[in-house]
Amino acid sequence: MIKKPTRMTGIDGDAVVKQAARRLEQPARRLFLRSSLTLGGLSLLSGCAIVDEDSAEQVLMKVSRFNDRVQGWLFDPKLLAPTYPESMITRPFPFNAYYDEDEVPEIDAASYRLELGGLVADKHAWTLPELQALPQTDQVTRHICVEGWSAIGKWGGVRFSDFLSRVGADTSARYIGFKCADDYYTSIDMPTALHAQTLLTLTYDGRQLPPRYGFPMKLRMPTKLGYKNPKHIQAIFVTNTYPGGYWEDQGYNWFGGS
Amino acid sequence: MTDATHPIHPAWLRATHWINALAVLIMVTSGWRIYNASPLFGFQFAKGITLGGWLGGAIMWHFAAMWLLAANGLIYLVCNVASGRFAHKFFPLSPRAIAADLLAALRGRLSHADLRQYNAVQRAAYLFVVADALLLVLSGLVLWKSVQFPLLRELLGGYESARRVHFFAMTAMVAFVMVHLAMVALVPRTLLAMIRGR
Repeated sequence: MIKKPTRMTGIDGDAVVKQAARRLEQPARRLFLRSSLTLGGLSLLSGCAIVDEDSAEQVLMKVSRFNDRVQGWLFDPKLLAPTYPESMITRPFPFNAYYDEDEVPEIDAASYRLELGGLVADKHAWTLPELQALPQTDQVTRHICVEGWSAIGKWGGVRFSDFLSRVGADTSARYIGFKCADDYYTSIDMPTALHAQTLLTLTYDGRQLPPRYGFPMKLRMPTKLGYKNPKHIQAIFVTNTYPGGYWEDQGYNWFGGS
Repeated sequence: MTDATHPIHPAWLRATHWINALAVLIMVTSGWRIYNASPLFGFQFAKGITLGGWLGGAIMWHFAAMWLLAANGLIYLVCNVASGRFAHKFFPLSPRAIAADLLAALRGRLSHADLRQYNAVQRAAYLFVVADALLLVLSGLVLWKSVQFPLLRELLGGYESARRVHFFAMTAMVAFVMVHLAMVALVPRTLLAMIRGR
């Protein structure tokens, strides 16, 4: 299931879309329902040809797209996720990624640049000190993983809506996509991007974001599941073309809201 | 009252019963696969009895069948209450009657001559499973959208508490199904009645 995708270069949305399209044809993507239908107890479904695998997959994908719309409709942009006292922070906060901890990318702070693309007026690349010079805020919130577990952590950084208005992002666009140094990629809806608790985080628990939590920068959204929160972000692009995501292209729900 | 015009179970009840059975089967088996991704307790469900193959597949099944479960459950409740069936099938009900019928059942002396009439143990068990299904839906809503349903989340004691409520409500549902199936095996006419209506 866990595959190391090919490294992406450049920051234009088209490349990401192509990458996503290619990923759709990967064997992992095609395999998931084949194995999902092997259930002894559900032979009433798989045995009597109600479910031929492709049509079952199509129906489930359609329902997942429908669930995206329902979640978009349920999402209240003004509703805040609960915050907690620092005494409730989970220690140690768990490491989680599609690879093991010894494969966490090492990123050179001095040469790091955050690239911007798509429907953004000011596309200049940001250095880490420039990002650190922006107004910062922090929050103690619950991270909920798609696997079910949750953990409370403290993240600090730049409110994403402030950053988007500063760079002149077209906030009427539908998606914001992220490309990461660990070859992860994902995308989110604009209302979540503009939510008050959506932070471009540069710190964890008051200290510089450590590599295991996404140095130099992670997008933290307490209103979304963990896999929607990209780490080691290298490029951000604003687009109206659905960019997909690493897990989303394999069948995880795209909206992934909480 | 003849059997032809007044079946033991009306058609809407039989339809919602079997759709519910399918929805519960999908929800429970895919839920077990989701549980396996991050077990709350020191065990996992055997892969062969789970649905979905991997976490992403299980979630797709779970969040598709939830609509079937909820819509069908709503139709069942509306028909049940509106037709007056709910009031006259399940009530009156008293702890004393439940105890008496339970004792009679254990001694093998509980009559099933008239399947139209639910005994007190049946009434209690069916009411319990309806309430349990409601709890499953409500705790499931908190797990799915804990930020968007703050009141529900706090009523269930927060996200982590809701996970446990969801798990134990599932356990109660599975326990009900096992007893339910054992009772059907003991009185097979009840299966025919739920299929044909008589």
